[in-house]
Amino acid sequence: MVDVKKVQSWLTLFGEKVTENKEHLNQLDTAIGDGDHGSNLTRGAAAVKEKLDGQSYDELTDLFKDVGMVLVSKVGGASGPLYGSAFISMAKEAKNDADLSQLITAGLDGIVKRGNAKTGEKTMVDMWSPVIDSIKDGSLSDESIDEILQKTKDMKASKGRASYLGDRSIGHIDPGAQSSAYLFQALIEAGVINE
Amino acid sequence: MSKVYGILLVSHVEEVASGLLRLLDQVAGDVTIKAAGGTEDGDVGTSFDRITEAVESFDEDQILCFYDLGSAKMNLDMTKETSDKIMTIFDTAFIESAYTAASLLQASVPIDGIKEQLESLKIKE
Repeated sequence: MVDVKKVQSWLTLFGEKVTENKEHLNQLDTAIGDGDHGSNLTRGAAAVKEKLDGQSYDELTDLFKDVGMVLVSKVGGASGPLYGSAFISMAKEAKNDADLSQLITAGLDGIVKRGNAKTGEKTMVDMWSPVIDSIKDGSLSDESIDEILQKTKDMKASKGRASYLGDRSIGHIDPGAQSSAYLFQALIEAGVINE
Repeated sequence: MSKVYGILLVSHVEEVASGLLRLLDQVAGDVTIKAAGGTEDGDVGTSFDRITEAVESFDEDQILCFYDLGSAKMNLDMTKETSDKIMTIFDTAFIESAYTAASLLQASVPIDGIKEQLESLKIKE
């Protein structure tokens, strides 16, 4: 069973990380996108914080659902529907007493359904998919997350705003993969992983 | 006579959506066309809430939706999943296809004929 209180601190921590790294995310996005990934996620994080502050959840599904709906509503860019769909999909999966890898897999399914990206297209999918493997074999760490992240650098984008750049998208870390790296670093830090 | 189809224009920029609306109104004065551009703060982006609100405000039950870039489509897809309206989202060239649909609806061309003409304007996956 994944602990609902730990998940709440995971999501709060994720919000803090994207807020602290807002400029970095914007810079990555400026190189190959529209430059607002950090600002958009920071806006979403503030709305999530407002929703979660002082709230205590009994059910994981309710927590994920609230977070998902807030992100869909408040994040202006593609990351709103993508992260939102991930959490809404995790909310559904959480009803089945899912373990962590099953939850994150459901999140990835939500992202893929929304954005239609496969692995290797230089998107957040290239973080989520290998992270799920690492969770399953117990090897997820800050180092493995960074290794996965760096691999997006040499990929050529074929989905999302960066795809308009074609070959010019090569050589830059994908901003969506970077924000997802913060999400999974927060997962480790909040102690959700060591259940 | 109550109309069946309306047109929704979704762009990342409010003025792009409202500007296109102006262009279409010129050729399709009897067609209900609405724009949902930008975020709720007036920034560049698209808004699920704004799109949903626009969709629900149609008297028509079926909405032909046109959009500019990817995240607009994602928000349209989410609205489609949650709304009772029947939404058709076209992965076609934004301006040309919305113009085509508006002119043909104005000329009372049946929907199958409109969809057929839009097929050649498909440029997005």
